Amino acid sequence: MRYRPALRPLIISLVFLFVALGSWEWSSQPPKATEALSEYELLMGGAEQEARVPPPSAVIIHAFNELSDPFYDAGPNDKGIGIQLAYSLYRVLTGFLLAALIAIPCGFVIGMFPVMHKAMNPYVQILKPISPLAWMPLALFIIKDSEASAIFVIFICSIWPMLINTAFGVANVRKDWINVARTHELSDMRTAFTVILPAAAPTILTGMRISIGIAWLVIVAAEMLVGGTGIGYYVWNEWNNLDLTSVIFAIMMIGIVGMMLDLILSSVSRWVAYEE
Amino acid sequence: MTKKYYVKVENLVKKYPASGKNELLTVFENCSFGIEKGEFVCIIGHSGCGKSTILNILAGLDRATEGNIFMNGKEVLGPSLERGVVFQNYSLLPWLSTLKNVTFGVRARFPQWNKAKVIEHSMKYLELVGLTEAVDRKPAELSGGMRQRVSIARSFATQPKLLLLDEPFGALDALTRGIIQEELIKVWGETKQTVFMITHDVDEAILLADRILLMTNGPFARIAESVKVSIPRPRDRTSVIHHPGFYKIRNHLVDFLVSRSKELTASEAGRAEMQEIAAATHPKELDPAADSQGQHAVVSKVRSTINVRNVK
Ligand SMILES: Nc1ncnc2c1ncn2[C@@H]1O[C@H](COP(=O)(O)OP(=O)(O)O)[C@@H](O)[C@H]1O
Ligand SMILES: [Mg+2]
Repeated sequence: MRYRPALRPLIISLVFLFVALGSWEWSSQPPKATEALSEYELLMGGAEQEARVPPPSAVIIHAFNELSDPFYDAGPNDKGIGIQLAYSLYRVLTGFLLAALIAIPCGFVIGMFPVMHKAMNPYVQILKPISPLAWMPLALFIIKDSEASAIFVIFICSIWPMLINTAFGVANVRKDWINVARTHELSDMRTAFTVILPAAAPTILTGMRISIGIAWLVIVAAEMLVGGTGIGYYVWNEWNNLDLTSVIFAIMMIGIVGMMLDLILSSVSRWVAYEE
Repeated sequence: MTKKYYVKVENLVKKYPASGKNELLTVFENCSFGIEKGEFVCIIGHSGCGKSTILNILAGLDRATEGNIFMNGKEVLGPSLERGVVFQNYSLLPWLSTLKNVTFGVRARFPQWNKAKVIEHSMKYLELVGLTEAVDRKPAELSGGMRQRVSIARSFATQPKLLLLDEPFGALDALTRGIIQEELIKVWGETKQTVFMITHDVDEAILLADRILLMTNGPFARIAESVKVSIPRPRDRTSVIHHPGFYKIRNHLVDFLVSRSKELTASEAGRAEMQEIAAATHPKELDPAADSQGQHAVVSKVRSTINVRNVK
């Protein structure tokens, strides 16, 4: 066979997967009953019942079953993984888009006028490091709706990276490009849309990518708190049911969906990228 | 000085806050000169004497500390489509293709035109600089020379009344520079625009300009002389150096740049001359090649006979 260097990372990846899953599978086998079970063990249902992390084979079989019918709905505590993920995605996207709607225009203004930057920077610096979940009680008290409160938490955590990146991108547009707009007598509006926006777009998109990543991290915790629906609630609920197979399966799904969100935004950023 | 200039620069002064001090640093002062309509004027001076600053003030992108600029009788107070600018670098928008960079300017200049007309007009100027093959490429995919050609096409396509060029070929290698200089002559020959250009290349200035302004070293720089280039057009790189006036002008310029620009600020005699320059309302006008006209005719006759002999 011809030597194909492009295949090397794939081979290494597969070997790693095989070793990792293999050792996980091996380590989570129940110990062999080397002697007859004691009366106590018999009474408790045998050594098998000892709580242990389910092996990957069990998770894969479970995943296969779940994914073959992701949208079933059998009451508040038994919904398909697809439904739960859809709830989470709905909250993340709503909060994120609302944040974008506010952060990008505000970032534009802050980036264009240094005086606005100086005036607003202290607030941004204080508000930014607050854990979004710290807002939750306040949000629940004021909004009085757990659904909207979860969206608010997503909103508040996605706003900062987009605001900061937009302001930074706009403030650092090359002076020469602004001068091109000025010598062509473009109005402020047209300068903003035809020169500053495309020039700052890659930086803005980076901010959006950071925001959606954080939002997806935060939604799990937020849903564990507010309960009801969503992938975060699902994880917590299955933990309460001691169904670790479902917990591991949900963890995997959180990773996969998060990766897809990032992939979507990274393809958009490739579209607005330019080379100087 | 009763000459009617198209562009008039009067007593321009620019001061910047000096770093670490409270007082202001005067980059140049008492700069007065004029540009006639259709004239090609180059300005030469050492790096840092304030050439770009003057050009930016002319463009309306920067404000003078004192002094005024009038163009066509109107004071220059801000940027305008009447004055096109080609910067040394980065004047193309990197996210737009070659064609879009030119249509960007044309659309701003002629907002009433439809899309087809804008593209047709832009293509005409891209053709003039020989870039019809590269219209869909982004600036990053073009060589430095091609990028500057796009800039030139864009600024000529907007048909400004005054074209300002800030060392447009400074970053190019000598070969590319020569080719684009000739393209610039060609486009300029067709449009007869008024041009003000900064260069640090003496030969380039002689090839292109009707008149060359010489600037002394900064700080407190001044425009000391205005040197007429009386070499007939059309000129091209190979024939211009055979004109008997060429070396007279060239030697004068080089002498100014190498020694006199320094002397003017350093020596006693130089300072006295500076006083004179400062007192004058316009730079001293010189024409080093003035007495070379007759000689040139002779020289060219000799050359043509040589050529004939070579053919035989
Ligand atoms: N924004 C600024 N602040 C302070 N000094 C400046 C500024 N811009 C230019 N200068 C100074 O003005 C002088 C002239 O600059 P410039 O016009 O770019 O020179 P040139 O184009 O002739 O090389 C330089 O000495 C430079 O240091
Ligand atoms: Mg300069």
